[in-house]
Amino acid sequence: MRRIITMTVNNRPGVLNRITGLFTKRHYNIESITVGHTEIEGISRMTFVVNVEDERIAEQIIKQLNKQIDVLKVNDITDQAIVARELALVKVSVTPALRQEIYALIEPFRASIVDVSKDSLVIQVTGESEKVEALIELLRPYGIKEVARTGTTAFTRGSQKTAATHKTAFII
Amino acid sequence: MTRMKVEEKAKQKMEMSGALMLVEALKAEKVEVIFGYPGGAVLPLYDQLYRSGVFHVLTRHEQGAIHAAEGYARISGKPGVVIATSGPGATNIVTGLTDAMMDSLPLVVFTGQVATSVIGSDAFQEADVVGITMPITKHNYQVRDISELPKIIKEAFHIATTGRPGPVLIDIPKDITTAKGEFDYEQEVHLPGYQPTTQPNHLQIRRLVEAVSQSKRPVILAGAGVLHANASNELRQYAEQQNIPVVHTLLGLGGFPADHPLFLGMAGMHGTYTANMALYECDLLINIGARFDDRVTGNLKYFAPKATVAHIDIDPAEIGKNVPTKIPIVSDAKAALQELIHQQGKPADTSAWLRQLNEWKQRFPLYYEEDGQTIKPQKLVEMIYELTNGEAIITTDVGQHQMWAAQYYKFNKPHRWVTSGGLGTMGFGLPAAIGAQLAERNATVVSIVGDGGFQMTFQELSVIQELQLPIKVVIVNNQALGMVRQWQELFYEKRYSHSLIPNQPDFVKLAEAYNVPGFRAKTEAEAMEVLKKAFAIDGPVLLDFHVKADENVYPMVAPGKGLHEMVGVKACGELSQ
Ligand SMILES: Cc1ncc(C[n+]2csc(CCOP(=O)(O)OP(=O)(O)O)c2C)c(N)n1
Repeated sequence: MRRIITMTVNNRPGVLNRITGLFTKRHYNIESITVGHTEIEGISRMTFVVNVEDERIAEQIIKQLNKQIDVLKVNDITDQAIVARELALVKVSVTPALRQEIYALIEPFRASIVDVSKDSLVIQVTGESEKVEALIELLRPYGIKEVARTGTTAFTRGSQKTAATHKTAFII
Repeated sequence: MTRMKVEEKAKQKMEMSGALMLVEALKAEKVEVIFGYPGGAVLPLYDQLYRSGVFHVLTRHEQGAIHAAEGYARISGKPGVVIATSGPGATNIVTGLTDAMMDSLPLVVFTGQVATSVIGSDAFQEADVVGITMPITKHNYQVRDISELPKIIKEAFHIATTGRPGPVLIDIPKDITTAKGEFDYEQEVHLPGYQPTTQPNHLQIRRLVEAVSQSKRPVILAGAGVLHANASNELRQYAEQQNIPVVHTLLGLGGFPADHPLFLGMAGMHGTYTANMALYECDLLINIGARFDDRVTGNLKYFAPKATVAHIDIDPAEIGKNVPTKIPIVSDAKAALQELIHQQGKPADTSAWLRQLNEWKQRFPLYYEEDGQTIKPQKLVEMIYELTNGEAIITTDVGQHQMWAAQYYKFNKPHRWVTSGGLGTMGFGLPAAIGAQLAERNATVVSIVGDGGFQMTFQELSVIQELQLPIKVVIVNNQALGMVRQWQELFYEKRYSHSLIPNQPDFVKLAEAYNVPGFRAKTEAEAMEVLKKAFAIDGPVLLDFHVKADENVYPMVAPGKGLHEMVGVKACGELSQ
C-alpha cells in the first residue's frame, strides 16, 4: 500500500541522512522524498512516499521516525483530504512536423513547453503523480530522451471533509 | 546570593577552552568515573584531565572502555562515560555502542575528531564517526562551533538517561577542544522533538485491569524495562496483588525474585519448560518492558497464540513492532505498575492456572546429569551461587556459559546481572565486570566467561590488577566455542567447522603474566576448593575450570520452532527429545 508521510524536522546537517538511514536499516523502500524549507526558520518539511506491505509497517515507520530527536512531527496523511503535487520535466524527441500534435496532446494536462530545439521539446507538468505518470505514458511513443521528477510533496487541505483522524505515533 | 554561588555563577559564565568545558560539564553531571583511551585528537582533553581530579580508567582497548561503561551503567543506573580518540579509537567502540543501543544502556561517548579545517579531506585518523554511528546510537552530534558545546553535552546526558535509555555520541573536532568560548551549563534542555511519555494513559490502564479480571491464565513477561525503571518492588507487589505468575527475559533477570512462588523462570530459547509453556498457554500476556526479541518469542507463528496481548513500554515503537498488541500502554514501567496497583481491579481467578504451572515446575525443572567427576558447568554456576549467597554481581560473555549462568544463578535482587543480550557480544564479560565493580565497590563481582570470548578482551586483566578490583574471573573452559559447537552438533551433523580449540593457552600462566593469581580445576572437588580459595582472596583472581567439553545447554527451542516445541526437557528423570 502506498502511504504519503509528511514531517517537519530540524534543519540540521545530517538529518536527511538520519532518516534515510533509518529506512535502509529497516528495509523500508522509499518511492520518493521531497525536502524544503518551511515558513519557520530552521525547520524543514519532508514528504515521503513509501510502499509498504500493511498498516502495521506504516505505523512502525511513523513510530521510528518519531523517535528521531530532530523530527518534530510526523503524519501519515494518505487517508486525509490532501493537496499532493509533483513536478516533472520530460524531454521528448520531436521533429517540427510533430510539434502541433504534441501541443494538442499536453493541453488537457495543463502542461507547458519550457524549451524547444530543432529535434526535441522539454515539457513541464505538475500535478498528482498519477497525472504525471499518464502524461509520460502518452509521450513515450514519441521517444522520451530524459525524465526528471521531483517526487510528491504534499500537505493536508485547510478544511477536511471528515473529522480527520490524525495519526501520530501513539496508537492510544 | 551567597558568595560561593556568585563565584560559581561567574565560573559558569567564564571563557574557557572546549576541553575544560568538557571536564567542567562532567563535574556538573556528577560523573564519578570515565573510561577511555587517549590519542592525538583528544590530547587537549587529556591534558585537561591531568589535574582535574576526574577519575579516569585507562582500559587497554577502547572496546574494553565502552563495555566497562556499560557494566557501570547497568549496575549504577547512571550514564557510563567514554572517551576515545578519532579514527581507530572511534571505530573500536562501534561494537559497544551497538551493544548499548540494543540493551538500552545510557552512555555518553566522546570521540575526538580531526580539526574542522580538514574534516572531509581524509586526514590522518579521520573517520566519519557520526555517519558510522548514526544507526547505533540513540542520537549523535558533531560539534561544529565551540558555542554549541555546553548545550550539546547537556542534551546528550538528558537524551541518554531519559525515556528509553541509550548511547549518545559527541564527536568533537580537535580545534574545538582548544577554542575558547563561554561556558554556561545552567540552561534548560529544550528539545521539542523529544518528549518521552512516562505516564500511562488511564483508559488503557483500565482496559488492562478489566482484561486481568476476566482472564483465567494471565502471565507477566518482564524485561529489563522493569530494571531501568527501578520497578522491581512494584512488579512484585502487583504480581502478588493479582496473583499473576511472572517470567523473565534474559535481560530482565533479577527484576522479580527467582525464589518467589509466582516466578516461573526465564523464557525463550533456553528458558524453562514452565515459563515457555506459560507463554504458550496463557490467555492474557502482560509484557512489561521487554521488546519481544526473537530469542524470547521463538517462531512468532506459535507465540502466545491464545492470548490477548498487553504491552507496557516507554518506547512506543516497541509496541506492536513484533507482536500485535491489543492493549498498548506507553509508559515508564514503574508509573504503569503503580497505577495498576492503585486501581486494584478484581483479580483474576488464577488458582487452577497456578496449580497447573506448579505441577509443570515440579515435573520439568531445569535438569542436568552429574557424574561427580568432571566439572559440570551447571554445577559450577550452582557452586558460585552457593558461595556468594546469591548476592554477587554476575557478568558474562556470550555463549553456553552465559545461558548456564542465567539458568542456574538464581537472581533474587535487581541489578546483579550484567550480560550482553540483544547483540550477544563475546568479550563483554570481563570489561563489564570492571564497570560493575567500580559502580559498587563492595559487591562481589564474578565474571563468568567462555574460553573463546575471554580471549577477545583479556587484556583488561591489566586494569583489574592495576586497580586491584577484587573481580573473580571464572573461565568455563570447554576448549571450544561451545555454543557454536552445540549448534553444529544439533543442526550440522557434528561437522565442527572451526569451533574446537583443543590447545588453548595456559590461562593460569596468562593471569600470572598480569600479576593476577590464577588457579585451575579439573574435577568437581577441585572446583569447590579453588572457588573457596578465590573468594578468600581480597583481590582479583582468575580461575580456569576445565569443564565437560561436550555438554549442551538445555532445554532448547530450535531456531524456527515455537516455544512449545522445546527439546531436552526432563520428564521424571528422562530426557525427552
Ligand atoms: C564478537 C562475537 N563473535 C562471534 C560470536 C558468535 N558466537 C556466539 S557464541 C560463540 C561461542 C562462544 O564460545 P566461548 O566464549 O568459548 O563460550 P562457550 O559457548 O563455550 O561457553 C560464538 C563464536 C559472538 N556472539 N560474538
